Amino acid sequence: MSVDAATVKKIASLARIAITDEEVAKIAPELDNILGWIEQLGEVDCTGVEPMTAVIANTLRLRDDVVTDGGKRDAVLANAPQAEHGFFTVPKVIE
Amino acid sequence: MPPASGSRSALRAFFRWSKPVTDLTDLGVRELRDGIRAGTFSAREVADSFIVAVSKAKQLNAFLVETPDHAVAAAKEADAARAAGETLKPLAGVPIGMKDLFCTKGVQSAAASHILEGFKPEYESTVSQKLWDAGAGMLGKLNMDQFAMGSSNETSYFGNVISPWRRADGGNAPLAPGGSSGGSSASIAARLCPAATGTDTGGSIRQPAAFTGISGIKPTYGRCSRWGIIAFASSLDQAGPMARDVRDCAIMLEAMSGFDAKDSTSLQLDVPKWEAGLNASLAGKRIGIPKEYRVDGMPAEIEALWQQGIDWVKDAGAEVVEVSLPHTKYALPAYYIIAPAEASSNLARYDGVRYGLRDLPEGANLQEMYAATRAAGFGAEVKRRILIGTYVLSAGFYDAYYTQAQKVRTLIARDFDRAWETCDLLLTPTAPSAAFALGEKSADPIAMYLNDVFTVPSSLAGLPAMSVPGGLDKSGLPLGLQVIGKALDEQGVLDACLAIEERAGFRARPEAWW
Repeated sequence: MSVDAATVKKIASLARIAITDEEVAKIAPELDNILGWIEQLGEVDCTGVEPMTAVIANTLRLRDDVVTDGGKRDAVLANAPQAEHGFFTVPKVIE
Repeated sequence: MPPASGSRSALRAFFRWSKPVTDLTDLGVRELRDGIRAGTFSAREVADSFIVAVSKAKQLNAFLVETPDHAVAAAKEADAARAAGETLKPLAGVPIGMKDLFCTKGVQSAAASHILEGFKPEYESTVSQKLWDAGAGMLGKLNMDQFAMGSSNETSYFGNVISPWRRADGGNAPLAPGGSSGGSSASIAARLCPAATGTDTGGSIRQPAAFTGISGIKPTYGRCSRWGIIAFASSLDQAGPMARDVRDCAIMLEAMSGFDAKDSTSLQLDVPKWEAGLNASLAGKRIGIPKEYRVDGMPAEIEALWQQGIDWVKDAGAEVVEVSLPHTKYALPAYYIIAPAEASSNLARYDGVRYGLRDLPEGANLQEMYAATRAAGFGAEVKRRILIGTYVLSAGFYDAYYTQAQKVRTLIARDFDRAWETCDLLLTPTAPSAAFALGEKSADPIAMYLNDVFTVPSSLAGLPAMSVPGGLDKSGLPLGLQVIGKALDEQGVLDACLAIEERAGFRARPEAWW
């Protein structure tokens, strides 16, 4: 398979990264090259092999369902590019 | 200069007599810790010496932010505790460098990216907090590959780190300090700090350590909490120390490790006394040499160093056996599916809303703001990996790429399990070459990725692995040997590296030109 310009534009859109046609022209062959190299994985016989879910056997811990944190509104907003009235603000989304 | 190999009393007499402040930067973590405890020198003198060294080394571009006040405060606390007759903390008054991937409260933590430029966390990462609790002070935040994606420190938004090492050919070509922990490696090799934190996703502690003639250990996945470490690939990311010798790494690792309820993959285990347990005798140990690591095109000098390492561990009492890790060649392609897939997911949080950069073109809607922010805020390599990750996770490709890679990862881990039936540790080179020049590989992503051929398999299996300097190549550049251990056997890894360190007698250091 090969990665063409349309594919790059589609995945850039999925990834929410604005991309120019010049960048597409540069990135398409790079991705094609990398994905071509990655495709050698297809030759490994993985019949009956489970995909790895944890490198070190570990159980997920449970804790009591109680509030352990909170009351940090100002700290949460401290690094926001724009915050008003105790909220994150974004461009208008509803017309 | 202080006496090169003098006894402690000679050292103490020397310092009492002349107090040559700058020479304290030649000391490692243990020497500084013990000297402060003994009153041979004050913690303040130590902090001041390193602060001066950092301030003079701008050309290396190893530090993104300098925090002399932090280091001085820790020093004052250590000196006051000693004056009051209190027992000093494990790292009291030892100043260290902090990789920019760690969130440090009130101090810019940008992962060397533009999108997080100016981000000052309201909280402290668990690992850095543990180091401060142990009495260490921070000299500053260390440059790195952007979001830890790179093997040469050429992807930082804030410019390349220049290795303090130069080839002996008189050409003075600026060399890569390795990556992604390139600020850490360069600053330790240049004596700007005695130790630093690193993080390792596919080799980012071990390869830069090898390139700069220092030591660095990636512990078992889960030993060090990932909480507050800016995430790259969560199933692989693991913090670890970098320092000039094995004992210093053991001291640092003890301070950095330990259970943390805030990280769901943190191991609920006591931290072993690795420093006290150090033992350079390898009698009764079986060390495996994986035949698949003899890759095509490996320089003869690396081959020779590997053989030298085999002779050293034999001399230390180990039995050497050949082992096979048959899926080794698939580790890199599997890594370059899994790591970008996890990265594309982790980096989705940079949206221009909650922290960091916002790029809002005139009249743009929310979706356009996301796309513009991420286009402006991420570097080329980060975008490349997000795009690869998005592609391999996208509808129709998920099973062919991601599920297949996770199956291959199971086979790679199984290879190690089989090897442990006939050996206790593995010995390999750390990297397939010595440090390359900046710019030499940056045009070819795959050539850059191949640098991690020896470090990625143990990352995929979550195993502890360490790089220790073995010698110099014909250009006068350091080469490293890697020891890989069973899960949780950091002690075995440290011991084997100590045995190598004692026999290698690596004393080379870059001549100060900066």
